[in-house]
Amino acid sequence: MIETENIHYSYPNKVEALKGVSLTIKDGEFVAIMGQNGAGKSTFVKHFNGLLKPSSGAVKIDGVETTKSSVAALARNVGFVFQNPDHQLFSETVEEEIAFALKNFGFEPKVVEERVTWALNLLSLTQYRKTSPFLLSGGERKRVALASVLAWNPKTLILDEPTIGQDYEQKEKLRQFIMQMQTQKKTIVTVTHDVEFVAECNPRVILMKEGKIVADGIGREILTDPAKLELSSIVLPQIAQVFAKLSAFGFPKDIIDIYEAKTLLLQTKERHSK
Amino acid sequence: MSIFDGLKFRKVVSPIHNLDPRIKFIYVIVIFIVAILFNQIIPLLILFFMQLPFVFLAHVQKQWIRSLRGAAFLATFIFVVNILTTYFMSNYTLTAVNVESAAAMTLRFVVLVESFSVFFLTTSPDHLGLALEQSRIPYEFAFAFTTAVRFVPVLAEEAQTIMDAQKARGLELEKGNILKRIRNYIPILIPLIVSAIRRSLELAEAMESRAWGACRKRTNLYELKLHRGDLVLLTITLGVLAIAVYVNLFVSIPTLSSFF
Repeated sequence: MIETENIHYSYPNKVEALKGVSLTIKDGEFVAIMGQNGAGKSTFVKHFNGLLKPSSGAVKIDGVETTKSSVAALARNVGFVFQNPDHQLFSETVEEEIAFALKNFGFEPKVVEERVTWALNLLSLTQYRKTSPFLLSGGERKRVALASVLAWNPKTLILDEPTIGQDYEQKEKLRQFIMQMQTQKKTIVTVTHDVEFVAECNPRVILMKEGKIVADGIGREILTDPAKLELSSIVLPQIAQVFAKLSAFGFPKDIIDIYEAKTLLLQTKERHSK
Repeated sequence: MSIFDGLKFRKVVSPIHNLDPRIKFIYVIVIFIVAILFNQIIPLLILFFMQLPFVFLAHVQKQWIRSLRGAAFLATFIFVVNILTTYFMSNYTLTAVNVESAAAMTLRFVVLVESFSVFFLTTSPDHLGLALEQSRIPYEFAFAFTTAVRFVPVLAEEAQTIMDAQKARGLELEKGNILKRIRNYIPILIPLIVSAIRRSLELAEAMESRAWGACRKRTNLYELKLHRGDLVLLTITLGVLAIAVYVNLFVSIPTLSSFF
């Protein structure tokens, strides 16, 4: 469980990035944090594994304050995948890259081997096992970065902009993968601008603006509320835009799921053809 | 990354900021030469204190102190190595003179950091480029130099992100003995170098697509002109150089310990 109590954070250059944020994320929840550039999203999630410590207020991970623990100790339970994979890749082979964190955490060599194979398989990277990560494409490098965090099987996973630079197929794989993690009761927190991606996943959505939380609720509610979205410079997902227009003909407004939209439209068609 | 903060230019209005960068550069080079000329502590102390009026006139005390703090590690290293070598070279004895010469070597380094820090803190990268160009240095070199200077803060920020990313994967920089600690920096240096190279290639492509170097002869909106303040600084600089050379050749400098 992640709890933050009225946290404030100022960077050394005196810019106040967080102005009193209180939030509780329960185990097994899937949360998307959205908001315009500079809203404090990345600063906020960097508090979850202790990379940043609040200037005031408290962040507790499973009841333990982050100020009382090292980043390495917190990272064991909270995996953080950075936006740009090039900020972390350094090994000669993909295999070694994935093993890096496992060795840092002191896993037995046999376990390291097993976990690496598991993670490579999970993200369909097995064929690149002995390849240099620098020779891979952007999307593949991103998957290596993800695999290198998943390998130690953290309880909570933080994904900073996971969909940037990914084609539709990879995004879909990522979505399925997140759903799979959900069934394993993992907590997933993602920071993203990708409103269509969030609409497809339908998680709990938190909107941030100028260092504060301005809205918090289920995706279906928040993503179909133009007034709330406008606060964070986000536009409605395309399906919600269509249903906003169709609401004049008696359709519900709060539709973000493509299958639900299809069912509703087919029902109407049937009613009319009778 | 505090040493980088001590070199980052900030726009301030001060008599030092307004000086011609060429003259400031000559001043820094003269300080550099003088610091190399002497290995006794007294002239180096004088050099050290000579810079303070510049620091205060330019209102950059805070950043200047930060750059000195950033240099503290290397300074300590220089001091220790000097002490140890003189200790072993002089049959395991440690005299006051030895300590003093080690301190002088350290101070020499500090003076260099100090003067370069004042120069970079008070000279905007644009001015620097202009100065290089108007000193007849080919534009390609002038551009490469100013770009390098301008990207220092960008790289410092990137280094911080990389450190965060590796810490999030359980890397503990402060763990282990000295060798292990140096090895700990490999996961930070490699991504940093790779991304710097990648960035430079991207920059080159972006510049070429904006017709960089299409025209042989370039003109500038601003021209550097020498003002009275610049001439005063130039006179002081040449004076310092003349006195230093004279003292170095004809005056025997006492050691600090000879006074006690």
